[in-house]
Amino acid sequence: MDKEHGQIPIWFFIGVIVAFYGIVILGTGIYHLFVPPERPVALQELHPDLWWPVVLLVIGLIFTIKHYPFRKL
Amino acid sequence: MTDTLLSLSWVDILIIAAYFAVVLAIGFYLKKFTTTGEEFFMAGRKMTAWVAGLSFISANLSSLETMGWSAMAYQYGMLGAHAYLIGAIPAILFLAVVMMPFYYICKTHSVPGYLKLRYGEGARSLAGISFTFMTVLVCGVNMFAMAKVMQLVLGWNIHFSIWVSSITVAVYVALGGLLSAVFNEVLQFFLIWLGSLLIPILGIIEAGGWRKLMASIDRQHPGENFTSLWANLGSAADNPMGMHWIGMVFGLGLAVSFGYWCTDFLQVQRVMAAKNLRAAQNGTIIGAALKMMVPLIVTLPGLLGLAVLTEQMGIKLQPEHVAQATGGHSYNDVLPLMMARYLGPGLLGLGVTAMIAGFMSGMAGNVSAFATVWTYDVYRPLLNKRATDAHYVSMGRWCSVIGVFIAIGTAYAAMLFSNILIYLQVLVMFFIVPLFGAVIVGMLWKRATAAGGFWGFLSGILASMGTFIYVHSFADRFDATALNPEHVKYIALSPLAQDMAVNMFGALWSLIICVTVTITVSLVTKPKSDEELKDLVYGLTRLPDEGKGAWYERPVVWAGVVAAVLISVNIIFW
Repeated sequence: MDKEHGQIPIWFFIGVIVAFYGIVILGTGIYHLFVPPERPVALQELHPDLWWPVVLLVIGLIFTIKHYPFRKL
Repeated sequence: MTDTLLSLSWVDILIIAAYFAVVLAIGFYLKKFTTTGEEFFMAGRKMTAWVAGLSFISANLSSLETMGWSAMAYQYGMLGAHAYLIGAIPAILFLAVVMMPFYYICKTHSVPGYLKLRYGEGARSLAGISFTFMTVLVCGVNMFAMAKVMQLVLGWNIHFSIWVSSITVAVYVALGGLLSAVFNEVLQFFLIWLGSLLIPILGIIEAGGWRKLMASIDRQHPGENFTSLWANLGSAADNPMGMHWIGMVFGLGLAVSFGYWCTDFLQVQRVMAAKNLRAAQNGTIIGAALKMMVPLIVTLPGLLGLAVLTEQMGIKLQPEHVAQATGGHSYNDVLPLMMARYLGPGLLGLGVTAMIAGFMSGMAGNVSAFATVWTYDVYRPLLNKRATDAHYVSMGRWCSVIGVFIAIGTAYAAMLFSNILIYLQVLVMFFIVPLFGAVIVGMLWKRATAAGGFWGFLSGILASMGTFIYVHSFADRFDATALNPEHVKYIALSPLAQDMAVNMFGALWSLIICVTVTITVSLVTKPKSDEELKDLVYGLTRLPDEGKGAWYERPVVWAGVVAAVLISVNIIFW
């Protein structure tokens, strides 16, 4: 179930989609810094829409780079 | 807020759409790797321990489970966490250390397949037919329930939810079989956690920490005993579940838990597909460790609901029928309400994706297990014994699609007969429990005979159905939605027992009857010879040498570590 069997590892797929989610949500969070959302949520002042997507992005990039299947990094 | 609990922005929709695109892409990509029966039905038996463990636990982590057990935590407090502690961990460790070697060494494709080897065709056919029947029915009921949730929470059309999600699952399982299901389950595991973990993190911050959360629950719900795992189980009158500790330990912890985790093929199939016995055992133990962490994203939001929803929002959740009558919120709304409270645009899409991923992982588990058991335990032995491997793979692919369509039919039937079909899930639990009784006696006692296994299994199923009918029967009627305290007190040791407590005791009686009948019938019928039972029964099976691996690679070491953590958690939250 990995490169030794000629397959793209599942970890690479996970990395790509999690990193994508991180980028999209981070972009939304930055936008809402300047344009507050119509429906404010509890603890908005802690800006979870900024630091949580950073967590996603870091996890996603680690998985993507470590398990990149197409060339040796 | 609109009349739905949550409203999605375009960013949320983008996140959900990306998820569907990736799971379908994985299915199409993996098709070329699943050309033989071994590859399609058992993922080629080449999964690592981590992939097997993540898949094992993800197939169980359906969205109905997360929403349902969050609701349980709101309704019953900390007692709801037992499903992830004594109600799972001992059984999973037992599967890893004791049962997995037998499943793995005999190289069967399924749990009914083991029954064939151990007891013969009768027990296998009974298990295979009941399992396939129940699997698609439950799959359909879950599908309906999920679509209903999507309608209530997001305002989505119920037909849209049913068809889009189920066709997606059908496509990726039909293309890549168990391999595709497992790949997606691992992906879904990450999305479920990353989409759900923010709620308890923010909730604990808002509540002011764990101690203040517990104090807040005790203050707002005096006399309810919501904050203990064991201290309130001395008597059925001391806890909101109406449960006695005997029911918790022997009903949930033994009968239900061991039945579900050790013999429900949906679960066992994932770890049987590991690349070797050690990976299968370690994967199962990884699953146990991860299972113990699930209360963080399931029980904790329910407990937070008990504190935060009441204190900050003035909302008190109610039973479903009361909520429908009064227009209020039901227990089942606790997780969506917490999502609405903490998750803004983007994060909400991730949370909803977690719910959808949970639904699809559970459904894919059912579909892939159905395809395997139908093909190997019903179609091949009873209908077409001499076909080629390619024919059976083709049958498996078609079964995945047909199984989903039958489930869709069941989902629509559930709209008409929801009460009856919802209780099918309870009957499945009661079907799995006697299956465990038959398997475990056969595995550990070489004297058990084919007749003993068959009649024990059948009597266990009939006993569980009989118990269910008895507790719901009144002098003048049968009512599947109400318990008769006069009957309940004989089954569950107290007339105060609620649904869950009654189910636990019902399962325990079913197991006792199954084991008793299996042993009794075996003692008066002719057993198989030792030679026939080689590699099937304890004492007649030579377990493979674990080799020269380091001590930290040995399954029994990690099983001990997980068991120690389990004991510590129970003491800390006693």
